[in-house]
Amino acid sequence: MQLARVIGTVVSTVKNESLHGRKLLVVQTLDRNLESTGKPMVAIDSVGAGVGELVFWCRGKEASFPFKREDTPTDCTIIGIVDSEQHVTR
Amino acid sequence: MIIARILGTVVSTQKDERLTGKKLLIVRPINVDGSDTTGYVVAVDTVGAGFHERVLVVAGSSARLAQGMKDVPVDAAIVGVIDTVDVN
Repeated sequence: MQLARVIGTVVSTVKNESLHGRKLLVVQTLDRNLESTGKPMVAIDSVGAGVGELVFWCRGKEASFPFKREDTPTDCTIIGIVDSEQHVTR
Repeated sequence: MIIARILGTVVSTQKDERLTGKKLLIVRPINVDGSDTTGYVVAVDTVGAGFHERVLVVAGSSARLAQGMKDVPVDAAIVGVIDTVDVN
């Protein structure tokens, strides 16, 4: 799992049926000092996150676990919202 | 998931039988602003995407979880055609 900032949204009308109703967000991964690192990714939201929020996300097959785990094709899912930057102790 | 642009197609006659009827496309990962990066991936199309469209690509074992991909030997699948990307 890694920290990330939600920086945008993605709209997709034509998509795999198993993704219907899912919210797609662009996330920028952050390092331990909350500085941007690496390229932005597209993630599915499982917690109701919004643009600008500090979140954490998981990659890989485990990303489908918040949903129907055998039916949701995602390799990147937002699984939590960090209360605030002050709640990240470094 | 990554955003990618479709660059071309792949035709394969002799392939794993579970890939029969699946469309194979060459996609290049792009940045959120639409600019190209380097490299490419061959991905199975699950949505009917076309040449030069921006698409969402799922990589790894999650690609098998897309509808119609159960037990298919793929590690990259196109799961959506992108209408818009809004980045602040």
